[in-house]
Order: sequence, then structure tokens, then C-alpha cells
Amino acid sequence: MSVIHVRGLRKKYGEHEALKGLSFDIEKGEVVGFLGPNGAGKTTTMKILTCTMSATSGEAHVAGHDCLRESMAVRRTIGYLPENNPLYTEMTVAEYLLYMAELHGVAQEHTLERLGVVAGECGIKDRLNDSIGTLSKGYRQRVGIAAALIHDPEILILDEPTVGLDPNQIIEIRNLIKKMGQEKTVVLCSHILAEVELTCNRIMIVNEGQIVASGTPGELRNLVEGHANLKLVIRGDKRKAMTVLKEVPGVKDVKALPAKEKGAHLFEVSTAKKKDLREAITQAIFTHELILLEIHKETVSLEAIFNQVTNSDKQ
Amino acid sequence: MKLKNANVIMGKELRGYFNSPLAYIFITVFLTFCAWLFFKSFFLDNVASLRPFFSFLPWPFLVLIPALTMRLWAEEQKMGTLEVLLASPITEAEAVLGKFLASFSFLVITLLLSGILPLILFFVGNPDWGTIVGGYLGAILLGGTFLAIGLWISSLTSNQIIAFIFSILAVFTLFIVGHPLVLQTAPMSLLPVLKYVGMSSHYNSILRGVIDSRDILYYLTVICLFLYFNVTSLKSRKWH
Repeated sequence: MSVIHVRGLRKKYGEHEALKGLSFDIEKGEVVGFLGPNGAGKTTTMKILTCTMSATSGEAHVAGHDCLRESMAVRRTIGYLPENNPLYTEMTVAEYLLYMAELHGVAQEHTLERLGVVAGECGIKDRLNDSIGTLSKGYRQRVGIAAALIHDPEILILDEPTVGLDPNQIIEIRNLIKKMGQEKTVVLCSHILAEVELTCNRIMIVNEGQIVASGTPGELRNLVEGHANLKLVIRGDKRKAMTVLKEVPGVKDVKALPAKEKGAHLFEVSTAKKKDLREAITQAIFTHELILLEIHKETVSLEAIFNQVTNSDKQ
Repeated sequence: MKLKNANVIMGKELRGYFNSPLAYIFITVFLTFCAWLFFKSFFLDNVASLRPFFSFLPWPFLVLIPALTMRLWAEEQKMGTLEVLLASPITEAEAVLGKFLASFSFLVITLLLSGILPLILFFVGNPDWGTIVGGYLGAILLGGTFLAIGLWISSLTSNQIIAFIFSILAVFTLFIVGHPLVLQTAPMSLLPVLKYVGMSSHYNSILRGVIDSRDILYYLTVICLFLYFNVTSLKSRKWH
């Protein structure tokens, strides 16, 4: 059985149904991005998986244990960084990590060793004696991740680990997550697309309590209907260029856009799906004695996929 | 239930007390109060007894003990650290017991520090040891009960000040229910109930040096009841 196995998970907060029958599987060693707009049900799902919340109905198994009936066994296999990374600000980093080790039942003779390992992995070795309250946000985040790793869990669940960090800190945390992904199963919740694309090998898009799409970034791109776009910068007569481009078989539409260079014209060409017209177009431009300065094929961005799958219900 | 887990939490909270100024403020205020009460009767009334001290003790307890418990759960809820705690492999009961034992140990330590007063009595006079032992036992049981109530109330809110004020209100109510003033105005049919439920009557009988198992049982029951409420309130968080 998969490491995380969820079937028909529902959660109601009063009248509001946050999860509407969520089902998914996560295999051992996968790094899965749980992507969705705010309020999609990501955090609720993570809370159910970590046994800090009970589902209204449905089942969730982690490492073969039922989240409701065998919650202790589940909690031992999970390292969890909750949303907003809550920490005891009055404790020092070492105190906090040792406390977390004790809470997770790390054997006394291994605690110092584990402390050294996670402090090294997360790059907080020289901050162990600092009070958590005095640390920068980036360091706090590392402390939170170190605490989640202290008992060497099989599964790591990170809920929005890079919120509020500056770009450099974000890169550091992402690298850390990638490193963790080499040996652990990682579930990463985020609403930042670039983040999951860079760190995860599978993405699940959640919207309004349901999984709306799942697959590798490449698979998701194929899933989305649309067309490949080419951007061209051409020097020469604008009208002529326009007619030439339109005459190339397979071209659906040509739009002239304001160009930045003088004497050059920028065109956006939409082509039929999965058709590479770059060769035909360059050929046509060449034979009509126009000068091609630039050609660029745009791939569907994850943003576009995300927008499409999360807005489809409303349309 | 694993005592080891409760012990981990207790250790953390106890260190938390001594790492914050609260502990020292608490001990200073409490000991100053004790000394004042003690020496007032000692010099003014020429009585070498701890009796007046112990009979007055519930009043400072009413304010000081909620200050010990107010942050224990409220702070965890406000900071979100409760999530981390409840996601770790410990049960709610272990967590509650750990926090209770931490505050209880702190109370016992403070009371031990006030032990200098009976020592003075021992050197200057011939104190009634029954009163002293009864007094300390009563103080520990009464304090423990206040702690259990305060701890429970702290689990209901994420605001320390609200926890503090409602704890004072709750322990005050439970304490005065058995007070003669209340008993006089209450309807006759309720008298036995009020007298039993109220904490002051049990406290006063222990103070007299009469250690009755029924009084001890009363306190232990109330402590367990509120610790149980506390476990329930933590568990119910999961469902909404």
C-alpha cells in the first residue's frame, strides 16, 4: 500500500464543507506538491494526516496506520511543520530541538547525535544557543524544519514552508526540501506555483475541497487545452510580415504587438495544439525576404494550468 | 498513559517558569505576603502560630494561582504551538497531567520556601505541629484544586488575560459557596450541597488539624474532574 492513502475524505466546519471527498495516494519516496488557492482545503488535509484534526467521514492511512484509530503510530512516522511555523520563542534552539526529540520519544542516548545531524542539515549549528525569539524568519523556518526532522521521520509534511521569507531564504529552504526529498517522502503544501514546480516530482492541485488535477508538471501541461504560442520579432514591412505569417499552414491567429526595437515588429502567433511550426515559419519569412530577429516558443505556464483548473467550476 | 511523556512536558513547563520573570515575581510577592501575615500576628497579637497565616492564605491564592496557569494553554493556542504538541506522539491526558504537575511542583516549591516561618516558630516557641502540617496539606490541596481549574479555563481561550480573570472568578465562586455568609442567605434545602461543594469548609476543617479522608477525597475528586474537563476540551478541538 502507498505511504499515504486517502479515500473519500470529508470535513465539515459547521455548514461549510472544506473537503468534499478527497482521494489520493502518495508513494514512498515521492515529493508531492499540494497546490491550491487559499482556503482550498490544503491545511485541513494536512491536519487530518497529522492527527491534529478528525475528518467528518472518509479514511486516511499513513504508513499503513489509520489516522483515527492508530494515531500514535501515525504521529511517530510524521515530521510536521504546521502553517506559520509555530515555535516557543522563549526557548533556545537547542532546548527546543531537545524537547521535540523527547516528545517524539527519541532514545536518550541518540538525542544529542540527532540534534547534531538536524542542526547540520538545516544549517543552524552556530545558532543552537540563540533564543528562538531573536532569530530571523529564515532561521526560524530552518528551526521548524529541524524540529520536524529530529526523530528521523519517514514522512515530512510541510505546510507553506516559505511564506514570508525573502528570495534568498526561499532558495535556501527549497534546496533543503530538495535534499530531504532524496531520502524521505515529502508532502509540500503551497499556493506558490514556482515552488512546487522546482521542488516536487508530482503536483496535486486542490480546489474547493477536491483534487482537480494531478501529475508531473509535464503531464499537467499536456492536460490543459490550449495552443502553443510563438513570439517573433521581425524586421521589414509590418503588413507583409503579417500576411506571410497568416499564410503558413497551421497558424490560427497572428497578433501584432508593440515592439521595443525601432524598425522591428513583434508578433504573437497562435498555432494548433502540439504542432511545431517553427521551421515552416522561419522558412516562409526567409523566402519573403524578411529578417527574423528572434523566435521564442512559449510553453504553457503552470500559472495558466492552475488558473484553468481552479476556475473551471465558476465558469 | 506514559508517565515519561507527562514528565517531558512537566520538565519543559517547569523550566519555562524559572526562565521567565513570572516565577520570581510570584515567589517574591507570595513570600512577602506570607511574611507580612505572619509577623503581623506574631508581633501585634503575640501569637506564635501559623493559624492566621493559613486561614488567610486562600485569598492571595485566588489571585496568584490563576497567574500560574493562565498562560499554560492559552499561550500555546495563541502561538499555534499546540498544533505541534498535539501532532507529537503523546496523548492529551499526558499533556494535561504534565502541565498540571509542572504548576503543582512550582506551587510546592513556593510553599517549601515559606517553610522558614514555621522554623522561626520552632526556635522561639512551641508551635502546634498539627496545625502546621494540616495547614500545609490544606494549602497544597487547595492550591492544586485552583491550579486544575485555572488550567482548564486556560484551555478554553487563547487570551491569557481572559483565562486569568475567568479563573479568578471560577475559583472565587467555588470557594465562597461554602462560606457562612453565603450559607446564611441560601435556601435551607441547598445547604448540605453548598456546604459540600464549597471549598472553604473543607479547607477550614483540614486547617484545624483534623485530617479527614472525606476532605482529602473531595479535593482529589475536584482536581481529577477539572483535569478530565481539560482533556475533553483538548480532544474536542479535533472535531471542529
